[in-house]
Amino acid sequence: MIEPLWEVFVRSRRGLSHTHVGSLHAPDATMALRNARDVYTRRQEGVSIWVVRASDITASSPDEKDEFFDPAGDKVYRHPTFYEVPEGVEHL
Amino acid sequence: MNDLLEYTLRLGDDALIAAQRTGEWIAAAPQLEEDVALGNIALDQLGQARSLLQYAGSLDGRTEDELAYFRDEREFLNLQLCELPNGDFAFAMARLLYFATYQHLLYDELRSGADETLAGVAGKAVKEVAYHVDHATQWVLRLGDGTEESHRRMQAALEALWPYTAEMFASDDLVRRLSVAVDPSTLQDEWTNRVLAVIDQSTCERPSSSYQHSGGRSGRHTEHMGFLLAELQHVARSHPGATW
Repeated sequence: MIEPLWEVFVRSRRGLSHTHVGSLHAPDATMALRNARDVYTRRQEGVSIWVVRASDITASSPDEKDEFFDPAGDKVYRHPTFYEVPEGVEHL
Repeated sequence: MNDLLEYTLRLGDDALIAAQRTGEWIAAAPQLEEDVALGNIALDQLGQARSLLQYAGSLDGRTEDELAYFRDEREFLNLQLCELPNGDFAFAMARLLYFATYQHLLYDELRSGADETLAGVAGKAVKEVAYHVDHATQWVLRLGDGTEESHRRMQAALEALWPYTAEMFASDDLVRRLSVAVDPSTLQDEWTNRVLAVIDQSTCERPSSSYQHSGGRSGRHTEHMGFLLAELQHVARSHPGATW
């Protein structure tokens, strides 16, 4: 029997966001969470796990790459690069 | 043999032999994810065994390796439940449910006990075995309440292992005499409540066998123990003192 595929997201520590780490097979959400714990956090990689059924993810298609992403390429004014940063400002 | 040594060997041998059987599942589980899960569980059990056998060895001047590899069958004090051959996956999960639930109750008591080393080992292990209980529970529920075949196999495994469960709770002079020991008979009611709750929810029938095996605590084992030890010990015995 082929079991559903699940995508796994792990938050490595408090304050950071969950990051996609990989996928796995499991019969249901409860087992997916446990499998994720065993496969992806056995070296203390995380403090929180999300699992999402892969079929529930709506993804952009590679065919739409041009219209989705290319128009942003020449709009440099969307980057905050035109501001002078005052001396002594940290963490920017 | 002094009481504390004998008691520690009982706990350590349970963990060591359970680790050996759980480890046999690696690369043989139904799915890759389960291989990793059972590998983690086997390593937890092996870690408990090492800590306990190191402590036992410190009481009479032997190393953990000497205790694991150079004792003969009659000197091992583990439960027969731990040494039975793996059977199918339902059997593995039934055994893990029975054994880890017992270990969880035992370690939970032991961690507030008077012996600092045993309390330390138990304090770390209690979280590990809580996860083992959870893992076994998830599978017993799914197999019991799954297909006709998985239900049949789960029921058969729960029945087949039931006659090996009373040995976990057998009280004897040693545990009554040794103040730092947990008398396992005090754990039986809670164990029964927890395990039967899982079995009921899994839609399996409660096992009905009343016959119960015993003997592991005094070194009397099933016919399978010798084969298990042969595999566990043969490299260490063929090349004594070898390192890598």
